[in-house]
Amino acid sequence: MKRTLTAMATAAVLGAVGAGAPVQAQEDPTKACFIYVGPIGDFGWTYQHHQGVLELEEEMGDAVETAYLESVPEGADAERALQRFARSGCDIIFTTSFGYMDATNEVAGRFPDIKFEHATGYKREHPNVATYNSRFYEGRYIQGVIAAATSETGEVGYIASFPIPEVVRGINAFMLGAKSVDPDFKIRVVWANTWFDPGKESDAAKALIDQGVDIITQHTDSTAPMQVAEERGIKAFGQASDMIEFGKETQLTAIVDDWGPYYIERVKAVRDGTWEQVDVWDGLADGHVVMAPYTNMPEDVKEMAADIEEKIRSGELHPFTGPINKQDGSAWLAEGEVASDEELLGMNFYVEGIDNQLPN
Amino acid sequence: MLESVLLTIATAATPLLIAAIGELVAERSGVLNLGVEGMMIMGAVTGFSVSLLSGSAWLGVVAAIVVGAAFALLFGFLTLTLVTNQVATGLALTLFGLGVSGMIGESFVGQPGMRLGVVDIPVLSDLPVVGRLVFGQDPLFYLSLLLTAGVAYFLFGTRAGLMLRAVGDNPASAHAQGISVIGIRYLAVMFGGACAGLAGAYLSLVYTPQWVENMTAGRGWIALALVVFASWRPWRVIAGAYLFGGVTIGQLHAQAIGVAIPSQMLSSLPYVATIVVLVVISQNRRLTMMNTPASLGRPFVPDR
Amino acid sequence: MRIELVKRPQSSPLFSALSPFLALLLTLFAGAVMFLFLGKNPLEALYFFFIDPLLETWSLHELMVKAAPLILIGVGLSVCYLSNNWNIGAEGQFIVGAIAGSILPVMFPGFQTWIVLPLMLLMGVLGGAAYAAIPAFLKARFNTNEILVSLMLVYVAELFLDWLVRGPWRNPEGYNFPETRNFHDFAVLPEIWPDAGRAHWGIIFAIAAALVLWFVLSRTLKGIEVKVVGQSPRAGRFGGFSRARMVIFAFLVSGALAGLAGISEVSGAIGQLRPAISPGYGFTAIIVAFLGRLNPLGIIAAGFVLALSYLGGEAAQISIGVTDKTARAFQGMLLFFVLACDCLIHYRIRLTRTVAARSTEAPAGHA
Repeated sequence: MKRTLTAMATAAVLGAVGAGAPVQAQEDPTKACFIYVGPIGDFGWTYQHHQGVLELEEEMGDAVETAYLESVPEGADAERALQRFARSGCDIIFTTSFGYMDATNEVAGRFPDIKFEHATGYKREHPNVATYNSRFYEGRYIQGVIAAATSETGEVGYIASFPIPEVVRGINAFMLGAKSVDPDFKIRVVWANTWFDPGKESDAAKALIDQGVDIITQHTDSTAPMQVAEERGIKAFGQASDMIEFGKETQLTAIVDDWGPYYIERVKAVRDGTWEQVDVWDGLADGHVVMAPYTNMPEDVKEMAADIEEKIRSGELHPFTGPINKQDGSAWLAEGEVASDEELLGMNFYVEGIDNQLPN
Repeated sequence: MLESVLLTIATAATPLLIAAIGELVAERSGVLNLGVEGMMIMGAVTGFSVSLLSGSAWLGVVAAIVVGAAFALLFGFLTLTLVTNQVATGLALTLFGLGVSGMIGESFVGQPGMRLGVVDIPVLSDLPVVGRLVFGQDPLFYLSLLLTAGVAYFLFGTRAGLMLRAVGDNPASAHAQGISVIGIRYLAVMFGGACAGLAGAYLSLVYTPQWVENMTAGRGWIALALVVFASWRPWRVIAGAYLFGGVTIGQLHAQAIGVAIPSQMLSSLPYVATIVVLVVISQNRRLTMMNTPASLGRPFVPDR
Repeated sequence: MRIELVKRPQSSPLFSALSPFLALLLTLFAGAVMFLFLGKNPLEALYFFFIDPLLETWSLHELMVKAAPLILIGVGLSVCYLSNNWNIGAEGQFIVGAIAGSILPVMFPGFQTWIVLPLMLLMGVLGGAAYAAIPAFLKARFNTNEILVSLMLVYVAELFLDWLVRGPWRNPEGYNFPETRNFHDFAVLPEIWPDAGRAHWGIIFAIAAALVLWFVLSRTLKGIEVKVVGQSPRAGRFGGFSRARMVIFAFLVSGALAGLAGISEVSGAIGQLRPAISPGYGFTAIIVAFLGRLNPLGIIAAGFVLALSYLGGEAAQISIGVTDKTARAFQGMLLFFVLACDCLIHYRIRLTRTVAARSTEAPAGHA
């Protein structure tokens, strides 16, 4: 219903603007289809993808037609959902969770004329499969810097979802950022074993606060930890979307996933016939990762954060630049050496300074 | 620190306790309603949306109770009047509730909700350790304890409670004595629904004041398990709910301290603990038999 | 006015046959009202729900893929429920069956001969049965409530699978993502007509299992035993049937079938283990079992109906933007109507006028 409303609103706006403009050649709209792993109403991962789709509709108006399937389980159902999309006239299909990787490639092989885009995966078995992901760790590095500069206890609580490379990378980037300010900074990690369970996430936040941390950061999707932090009067970082509404006095900043620019770029490419297989892994520089405004911190910290953000954006600073040791003290990156994307993609170890054991 | 840990446990345990105590009454009357999760999520979405629209958190709580009871009434109509299978109907109710709540809640996603204020008894709430625990909690926490006490008294100290248990144990003979089996079961089921709705409101107004789809995340099922765990005795539900809450919070603390055990194993602790305790309890055969409502899950149709 | 049920002397064969259609009619009507309320064209919505998925071969294949685990688990559960054993943990048995069956292709990927697949299926069956044996044993030995134990074991199984695929069983070539290596060719359950679609041997297992259990339940002494013990344990004892043995039997049968469903799904439809392999088949199958009136043949039909409602939900989402939530609410409604209409088989419904002055003490008021 939301979709229809937006579409109508967009149409109305376009109608008003387009009255005097030259009429575009009447073409069939490009059909872009999306498969979501969760409900749109999660206000996290899936919500942000859907926001990207709304941006896409806004930008392209009548030139695009969208459809989506939400809460598609990552098992045998994914392939069916993809098939149905492929047969229903989609020109490009985005699959927005890692678990759809094999199904995406499988179906792509059967429908060579349709473009497939898989988020967060690494398999591109057919020329019509592209993969895309964002360098969220860049934002985590900035968070680490802010945390170390503002924390009084010198300890941050990290609510993690599952020990997959994406999450481990985030924890490491955070630690490296923090260590650049305070070499003795500590991170306490709690694995919630869920992407999304507000109750459990809030329990985890409380447990961490009771252990003495004064900043909470999370790699789970709900806003519950932010609310707990607000209630307990400490600071926190938002995840996936700008959660300032849930912690006006609390949110330091948030890493916002902005998929809109990518969706617009790729759908336009399909329309122009310029679509090509890519393996996109973009970050702050391309606007795929956006930092929410720096709030609730001293001015000098704000400046420092903005400065680091700019350095990462310009490519001057890569969060994973040596010298970096692994958790056990063994050398990983030599002075000045930058981690390869390959290594980052499969990261399954902690860097030096993190006390917890990585569950493996 | 101990105080705040206990507070966290109380927050985790309270919704389980409220939902379980309601289901306990329903089951004591002989009706097994597996739709707790569905009624709970309806309570959560109702509580959230009504409080946001009306500006009163309490109005949200009341609405959640009403909607929970209404859903239970639907369940009652199907299972009691139309004698459908209780297990299947309960599962269908959960499915229905998850769907409908998602539809209602669509426009409320991403909005911060109202929070039910904390009761703060001055001076006393500043006492060390137990101060906030006993004298400074949210009103529903106190209500959950009152509910438990009330249900315990009602079931074992009043004539009406005796009738309800009679209906659950031997509906035929209760019927022969002129008790309206179906009428009592309707009331018991609706009480269960009201409690589930209240538990849902606790989630969206106290625990995590927001609305997101599926935010009950299986708590309705845990509440169901607690009833059996408590062998249908009200006071034991408290023990069960707090034990479950304690183990859940305990494993998070263990992780935060840095205990190197796979987190999945720690996460499964509450479930394993429940099974173990249950086995120990059920060793005492006489006791369990005595408390289990003999006609649980079986339909009753008055002969004419 | 009040509604009263009058028990029929015998169950009505007419309504036995008619009730599913009546339920369908009511669902169509209520669904139409709901879609109208949401601003959708009801006819279009219902078309996508019930007809569209049946029009193409590939979609029929998908229907079989989706129905296979539901039927397999459902028929197993019917034995449990008929004998009054409340196994609601089939989801866990499904998962453990999938894990046990995957031991060979995951841990011994070099062992590639034709015997691998039969061994996998066997191990899946044994794994599911063994996991179901836990609540069965506890019930038979200690009288522990099986509803609770079987349900709790679901969570334990999910977490165990999660640990396996993120830890020891993780694909060494998979960039540390949480999934096992893909099964080799000898470990994949073949598709029946590979050119036409994805349906694999799982659906054949399902229908075979249903037929066998239908025969056992309706034509053999064991079937009588199941029903007698289920209806009245006391009568069962007089008949010389052991309640404890029946508990074990029923759980082993349903666990074995759930395990078979698990390994069939993993080996036939997914091709590897991953953190989530089941979208709640074990729970949905409970509904399927009751929709099929605990009759294995009815369960075949019920499995297909429920599978259709999933496929139809997707078709409606894509084509007319009915959301996933609406689809779920609609499914719930469908189940309500089906269950309610079955009431007509055993009862006549009579509307009577309440007499206001009726005294509450008078037993006649109700009898």
